[in-house]
Amino acid sequence: MLGYYLDLAVRSLKRSPGLTALMILIVGFGVAASMTSYSVFRAVSGDPIPWKSSRLFVPQIDIWGPKGHSDGSSGNEPPEALDYTDAVALMRDHRGKYQSAMYRVSPSVVPPDPHMHPINVGGHAVYSEFFSMLDVPFQFGGAWGADSDAQHASVVVINSKLNQKLFGGANSVGKTVNIDSKDYRVVGVLDNWNPKPTFFDVVNTGGFTTGQEDVFLPFTRAIDVGMGNDGNTNCAEVPTGSGFVGLQQSSCVWIAYMVQLDDKAAVSAYKDYLDGYFRDQKASGRFNWALNNRLRDLPAWLESEHVVPSDTKISLLVALGLLIACLVNTAGLLLAKFLRRSSEIGVRRALGAPRMAIYVQFLVEAGTVGLSGGLLGLLLTWVGIHGVSWVLPKEIASLARVDLSLLALTLAIAVLATMLAGLYPTFRASRVQPALQLKTN
Amino acid sequence: MSLPPMIAALRKHKAGVVLIALQIALTLAIVCNAVFIIYARIQNVQRRTGLDETNLFLVTQQWVGAPSGDSPADLEKLDTMLREDLNALGSMPGVESVTPVNSVPLFPSSWNGSESLKPGTDMRAGNARTTFYFGDEQLLKTFGLHLVAGRNFTAADVAHKALRDSSEPNVIIVTKPLADKLFPQGDALGKAIYLDGSNTPSTIVGEVERLQVPSVGSWASSFVWNSTIAPLRMNSNFSRYAVRTKPGRLEAVMRAVPSKLYAVNAMRVLDDDSVKSFKDIRAEAYRADIGMAVLMGVICLILLAVTAAGIVGLTSFWVGQRHRQIGVRRALGARKIDILHYFQMENLMIAGGGALVGIVLAVALNRVLMSKFEMQSMPAYYVLAGLAVVVALGQIAVFVPARRASNVPPVVATRSV
Repeated sequence: MLGYYLDLAVRSLKRSPGLTALMILIVGFGVAASMTSYSVFRAVSGDPIPWKSSRLFVPQIDIWGPKGHSDGSSGNEPPEALDYTDAVALMRDHRGKYQSAMYRVSPSVVPPDPHMHPINVGGHAVYSEFFSMLDVPFQFGGAWGADSDAQHASVVVINSKLNQKLFGGANSVGKTVNIDSKDYRVVGVLDNWNPKPTFFDVVNTGGFTTGQEDVFLPFTRAIDVGMGNDGNTNCAEVPTGSGFVGLQQSSCVWIAYMVQLDDKAAVSAYKDYLDGYFRDQKASGRFNWALNNRLRDLPAWLESEHVVPSDTKISLLVALGLLIACLVNTAGLLLAKFLRRSSEIGVRRALGAPRMAIYVQFLVEAGTVGLSGGLLGLLLTWVGIHGVSWVLPKEIASLARVDLSLLALTLAIAVLATMLAGLYPTFRASRVQPALQLKTN
Repeated sequence: MSLPPMIAALRKHKAGVVLIALQIALTLAIVCNAVFIIYARIQNVQRRTGLDETNLFLVTQQWVGAPSGDSPADLEKLDTMLREDLNALGSMPGVESVTPVNSVPLFPSSWNGSESLKPGTDMRAGNARTTFYFGDEQLLKTFGLHLVAGRNFTAADVAHKALRDSSEPNVIIVTKPLADKLFPQGDALGKAIYLDGSNTPSTIVGEVERLQVPSVGSWASSFVWNSTIAPLRMNSNFSRYAVRTKPGRLEAVMRAVPSKLYAVNAMRVLDDDSVKSFKDIRAEAYRADIGMAVLMGVICLILLAVTAAGIVGLTSFWVGQRHRQIGVRRALGARKIDILHYFQMENLMIAGGGALVGIVLAVALNRVLMSKFEMQSMPAYYVLAGLAVVVALGQIAVFVPARRASNVPPVVATRSV
C-alpha cells in the first residue's frame, strides 16, 4: 500500500512541478540554514570529556572580597582563578582523588637540528595527576610520577606534533628537549590530544584558541626556573614585590585548578574542606569578609565562563526561527496543493477509502517533499559549513564538520518537520465531504 | 471597493490566511532583529582606531635563553638587547619610525587598569578605567596619533623597567575622552593622577585626539576610548615593535625583518605570526563581527525570498480556485484593474495583520536577545522599517498572480469547469 501511495505522491508532485520545486527549495534552505548553525553550535557546546565531566570540579575562593567587586564587573562572583599561595596550599592538602594546579606557559624550544631556528611552543605547567585526571592518551611513555613533582624534576610530556618536528615522530622517551635553554627529559608523547574547548584552563585560553598544547612540564619545576605565565593575570591590588617572585607573593590570580571528586560524599567533603580553608585563613586575619566559595562541576563551570560564544547561540536561535518560518510556508503550500485535489479525494472516499487511507496518502506525499527537501538540504548544509569557515573566526570554524550523525539528523528533521507541516493540510483533506465534491462536479 | 465582501471571502480561507500572516509576522520579527545585529556589527567595525593604519606593522618576538629581568644586571642586559633590535629596525631602508610597544589597538593582548585623582584608592575603584600603552618618544609618530594638547614625550622621559615591576611612570599622555572624564573642566594638562591605586603621581603632559583600546570584546566596551600612553620600554624575554614604513614600502620591509633581526641575534623565536601588518590585525580582530553580519544577511535574504515565494504560491492557488468567481465579477462589469486591486487589497490586509503580530514578536525577540546576550534595545524605527519592508514585499509578491487574475476573461463565467 505504501508503495502505491508513494507512486501517487510522485505523480501528484510531477503534475505541479513549479509548486513542488518551490516547496523542496523552501524545505532545503530552511533545513540547511538551521543545520549549518547547529553544526557550529554543536562543535562549540559539546562536552569535551563526556564520560567524566560531572566528576571534575573547579574550586573558587573569594580572596579579594569587596575590593574585587568595586568596579562592578563581576557581580558577587569570586575570582575565576587562584593565586599562587592558595593553589599550592590546595595541592599540599591533596583532598581530592586527583587534582592539579596549572598555568599556561609559552616557552621557546631549540631544535636539536642546528640549522633550524628556535620555535615557540604553547603548553601548561601541571602536576602529575593532571594526566590521570583527564584521561590523557599517550603514544609513547606516560606521565611523570608524584616523585618528580616533589623533586621538581626536569621532565616533559610533549605532543605528537612537536615530537614529529623534533624527533621525526620516533619514540623520543628518554631523549632531551631544550626548553628556554634548559634540558628536559621526555617521559611521554601524547597521542593526538587537543580537546576543544581547552576545558582544563578556560581562564587563560578563553576556551577556544588556535593555540596548541605542545608541552606539559612539572608545575614545581616551572616555578623554580621562573618560567613566566602566558595567560591572564588579574589583580585587585598592585603586587608589592617585583618580578615573577613578586607575582607569586601577591594576591593576583593566574592559576587554574581542577579536582576530581568521584561521588556526592567526596564533593560535600571537599566543599567542607574548602570552606574550612577559608575560615582558617579568615581566623588568621587574611580576610575580613564573609565566606563566598564556589565548587562548580565542569559543565556548570563552562557555562559560568560563557565558553560558548553568544554569537553562536544567537545564530542558532535566528536559524531556528528561519526553519519555523519555512515550515509555516510549506504548510500553506501543502494546504493549497491538497485542497486543490478535493475532487480526487471525494472520488476515493466515495469508492470506500477510509479517512485513515487519505491521511496516510497525504502524509506520504508530505514526507516525499520532506525527503527531497532534505536531500537538497544535505547539499546546502555542506555548502553552508564550508561557507561559514570562510566567515567565522578560525578557532571556531575549524571545529564545525559534516559527519554521519549530522547528515542523518538533517534528513530526519527535513522529513519529520515537513510531515508536521503537512498534518493540518492532511487533516483538512481527510475532512473533504465526498458527496459535496461529487455533486459539484 | 468595499471591504466587507473581501473579509467574508477571507473567512472562507481561514487556514491559508493565518499561515501567510504568521509567515509575515515571523519574517518581520527575524529580519528586524537580524538587520539590527548587522548594523551594530558594522558600526563596531567602522570605528576608527585613531591610528594611521596604512604602512604600519607589528613585530612580536621572543629571545631564547634571555635572563628573567628580575635582577638589575639582567634588566640592563634585556634593555640592551631591545635597543639593539630597535636600532636595527630603525636603520632599515624604507622605515619611517619604530617604537617598542606592549600592544596596539585591535591586537589580542592588553594591559588594563584604573586611574584615580586621589592616591592609594582601591585598584579596581578609581575614577576611570583605562588601557595602557607603553612605548618611547617615537610612539606618537609611529602610531600616527594627533596630539591635540601639550607635548610629546622626549627621549629623557623614557624609562625602562621589568615586565612585572609595579612602579608607575612620571609623565603620561592620555586620550582626550579620558582626560575629559577625569577632568570635566577640560584642564587635565599638567595635572597629576594616580595609576592603579598607586601612591606616586603621574603627570599628564599631553592629550591625543583618539586611541582605541586593544580589546574588541564586550567587556572593554565601557572604556573603549580611554587609553593612557606611558614612556616606558618594557623589558622581558619577549618584545614587540610597531614599525611605520615609508609609503609603498610596507611589504618589502616586512619581508626583510626576520633576516635583519636574526642577524642581530639568532637565538630568538620568529614564526609565521611574528611580523603582522596592521591590516591583518584588523581583519582578525573583526572576523567574528563581519562573519556574524554576513550570516545574518544570508538568513535575511533566504527568509525574504521564502516568504515572497510562499505568497506567490498561495495567492496563485487562490486565483486558480476563484477562476470562476473572477469571471462572474468581470461579466458583471468589474474592470481588470478592480480585480487587480482586489487581490492587492486582500494581500495588504493579510500582510498588515501579520505585520502587527510581527511587531510584537520582533520586540519580544529583541527582549530575549537583550536579556540573554547583552544586546542593545532595538530602536522603534527598525520595527517600522521592517513593517514597510514586509508590506512592500507582499505587494511585490502578489502582483504576478493578481495580474494573472485580472486577465481572466469574463467568458469563463459561462463555462463549467
